[in-house]
Amino acid sequence: MIPYLFATVMLLIGLYAIVARRNLIKIVIGVAITEYAINLFLILLGYRTKGVPPILGKGMDLKEFASSSVDPLPQALTVTSIVIGLGVMALLVALVLRLYEKYGTLDESEMKRLKG
Amino acid sequence: MDQILPLLVAIPLGAAFLIPILVRVWRRFPDILGNLSTLALLVMSLLLVGREPSTYYMGGWRPPLGINLVADGLSVLLLIVISSIAFCATLFSIPYMEKYTSKSRYYSLFMLMVAGMNGVVLTGDMFNLYVFLEIASIASYALVAFGTEAEELEASFKYMIMGCVASTFVLFGVGILYGRTGTLNMAHLARIVDRDGMSPAILFASALFLMGFGLKAGMVPFHAWLPDAHPAAPAPISAMLSGVLIKAIGMYAIARFFYVVFGMDGLTSTVFMALGLLSMVVGALLAVGQWDFKRLLAYSSISQMGYVMLGLGIGTPLGVLGALFHLLNHATFKGLLFLCSGAIEHGTGTRDMGKMGGLIRGMPLTGTTCSVGSLSISGIPPFNGFWSKLIIIVAAVQAGHYAIAAVVVLLSFLTLTYYLRLMRHSIFGDLPEALKGIREAPALMGIPLVLLAVCCLSLGLLYPVLKPLLLGPATDVLLRAGDYIDLVLGG
Amino acid sequence: MKGMSLIVRTIARVVTTFIFLYSAYIVVYGHITPGGGFPGGVILALGVMLLMLAFGREVPLRKLPEGRASVLDCLGALGFWAIALLGLTAGYFFLNFLGKGEPFRLVSAGTMPLCNISISVKVGVSLFAVLAALSIYRRFYPPGGEPPEDMSGG
Repeated sequence: MIPYLFATVMLLIGLYAIVARRNLIKIVIGVAITEYAINLFLILLGYRTKGVPPILGKGMDLKEFASSSVDPLPQALTVTSIVIGLGVMALLVALVLRLYEKYGTLDESEMKRLKG
Repeated sequence: MDQILPLLVAIPLGAAFLIPILVRVWRRFPDILGNLSTLALLVMSLLLVGREPSTYYMGGWRPPLGINLVADGLSVLLLIVISSIAFCATLFSIPYMEKYTSKSRYYSLFMLMVAGMNGVVLTGDMFNLYVFLEIASIASYALVAFGTEAEELEASFKYMIMGCVASTFVLFGVGILYGRTGTLNMAHLARIVDRDGMSPAILFASALFLMGFGLKAGMVPFHAWLPDAHPAAPAPISAMLSGVLIKAIGMYAIARFFYVVFGMDGLTSTVFMALGLLSMVVGALLAVGQWDFKRLLAYSSISQMGYVMLGLGIGTPLGVLGALFHLLNHATFKGLLFLCSGAIEHGTGTRDMGKMGGLIRGMPLTGTTCSVGSLSISGIPPFNGFWSKLIIIVAAVQAGHYAIAAVVVLLSFLTLTYYLRLMRHSIFGDLPEALKGIREAPALMGIPLVLLAVCCLSLGLLYPVLKPLLLGPATDVLLRAGDYIDLVLGG
Repeated sequence: MKGMSLIVRTIARVVTTFIFLYSAYIVVYGHITPGGGFPGGVILALGVMLLMLAFGREVPLRKLPEGRASVLDCLGALGFWAIALLGLTAGYFFLNFLGKGEPFRLVSAGTMPLCNISISVKVGVSLFAVLAALSIYRRFYPPGGEPPEDMSGG
C-alpha cells in the first residue's frame, strides 16, 4: 500500500508545480518530479525485504535465487522510462531555451501569443 | 505472411535513421525514401485486409513472457488509416516542406511518429504500448515546434507539458496493473481481470488510462493543447496529428483497453457517452467563432472525436460500428481539409479567413476538394460523413437514448453552419485584390488532395464492401473480447 | 569559453582516459554483470562532458563535428535495427540467432553484446549531441540586447 500512497503524493507535488508555477524552468522541474515519482513507484513494486539483486552469479542455486531475488522486470521498465525521460527532458529544455530567445523571459504569463 | 507485422514497425524506424545519413549523398533522398516507405506501409497494411487475425512473437518468446504483436480487425483498420494518411502527407510534403530548412530531420521525425503509431496499434504488451506511445508523442512534440517561431514553440511547450502528464498517468496505470496482476501482456491481463473481477486498484488504473489516453485523444476536459498544437504544425503534420495521431494513440488505446481488457459496464458506458457529448458540444461551439482556418479545423476535430467516443459509449454493435466508421471517415476528411489548408497557405500566404475569398477561381482544384471535405464533415449525403453520423444516430435511437440522438442531429446542423461559413469566406465569394495573382498548388500537392477527396466520396458508397472486409472484423474485436484472449494465449 | 586552469586540464586529460576505459568495460561486460549499452553510453558522454568543461566546448566538437555526430548516432541505431532484422531472416524479429555459448564468459549470450555496443554508440553520441546543441545556445539573452554580466563568462 505504501508505494501507491507515496507515488500518488509525489505525483501530486509534481502536478502542483506544473499547474501553479509560472517559471518555465520550474514547470520543467515539475515534469521531472512526476516522472521520477513513477520511476520510484516501479522500483518499489519489485522490492522485497531482504531480497538479493536479480543477478545470477556463478554457482548459485536457481530455485533459491528465484525465491529470494527482487523482481527484475520493474527495474527494466524503470531503465526504459528513464531513457524516455532523458529524451523528453532534452527536448523540453531546448524548447525553453528557444522560448527564452524569443521572449527574453521565462515567465509563462508574459507569453500569450496563443488564444487559449 | 506473419513476417510483415514486425516490418510495419521496422521499416519506418529504419527509414528514420537512414534518412539523415543518405541526405549527405543526395539532397533528394529524404523525399524518395520517405515516400517509398509510406507507400510500402500502405501496400503491406492493405495485404493484411481480409486475413485471419494473426499474432507474432518477438524473438520467438511466447506470451505472457515475451512481447507479441497482434493484427486483428481493429489493428488492421487503424493501420490502414495511418498508412494511407501518412502516404498522402509525405506526398504533399515534397513541395510543401521546401520552404523549411532541414527536410531530412522533418522526414526522420515523421517516420519515427509513424513507427510509434504502428507500434501502438500492433503491440499486445502494455509497457511496449507505452514506449511506442512516447516515441510517437515525442516525435509529434518536435514536429509541432518545427517552424521554431514563437507561436509554434509556445504551442509545442504547452502540448508537451500536457502530453508528459498524460504519459505519466499511463505509466502509473501500467505500474499499478503490473503490481496487482503480475503481468504486462494485455490478453493475459484481460483473462485475469475477467476471472477475478475489478478491484479498486484496477479501477484506479483504468481511471488513469482514461485520463491519459483521453488527453492524447483530445477529449474535452483535457483538450486545451489541441487547438494550439494542431494549427501550429506544418500542414502535413497537422493532417497527421488531427487525422491519425489522436485516433491511434488516443481513441484506439481507449477502445482496446476498455472493451477488450477491462470489459465495458454501465458506468464506463455512461462516462464515455458524457465525455463524447461534452466534446461534441464544446468543440462545435468553440469552432463557430474562429477566423483562423486551421484553428477552426482543430476545434472541429475535438467535436468529431466526440462522435467516435459517443458511439463507443453507446456500446451496441451498431454504435461501435458507427464509431469505427466515423473514425475512418474523419481521418479522410480531416486529413483532406488540413492538406487543403496547407495548399491555401502555400498559395495565399495566410490562414485568416477574413483575408480570403473566391479561392475557387484562382485554385480550382484546392477549392473543389476543400468543398468536398467540408460537405463530408458536415454530413451531406452522399459523402461518407453522412453515413457514419446516420449510423451513430440510429444506434442512439435504438438504444433508447432519444435526447442524445436529438443533440447529435442538432450538432450536425451546427457543424454544417460553421463549415458553410468556412466555404463562403474562403472558397466562394469575391476574390480580394491582394490575392488576384494566386496560382494553383503544384501537382504533387494536388494528387493527395484528389486521392483523399475520392476517398470521401467513395467510402460512403462502398459501405457494403467495406463492412465485411474492414469494419465488421474491427467491430467483432471490440464486442467479443474472448477471441482476442484466445488468439494471443491460445485456447 | 576558453577552458579552465592548467591543473584542471591536466587532471581531466588523465581521468578521461579511465572514464572511457570504464565505459568500454561496462558496455562489453553488459550481458554478464550489471550495466549494458545505456549506462556505458552515458558514461562515455559524461567523459566527453568533462573534456568540454575543462578545455571549452570547441575541443570535442573539433574532434567530432555535429554533422558527423549525427551520422554516427544514426549508425548506432541502424546497427541495433540491423541485428533485429537479421533475427527476422533466422525466423523471428529480434531472435537471438547466434550461439549462446557458455554462461559467464565474455563471448556468450549471442547477439546481446553486439546490441549493447550499438546502443552505447547511439546513446553516447546522441547525449554528446544534446550537450553540444544545448551549449551552443550562446544567445541566452534578450533579442537585440547585450548579454548580462554574470552570464558572459559562461
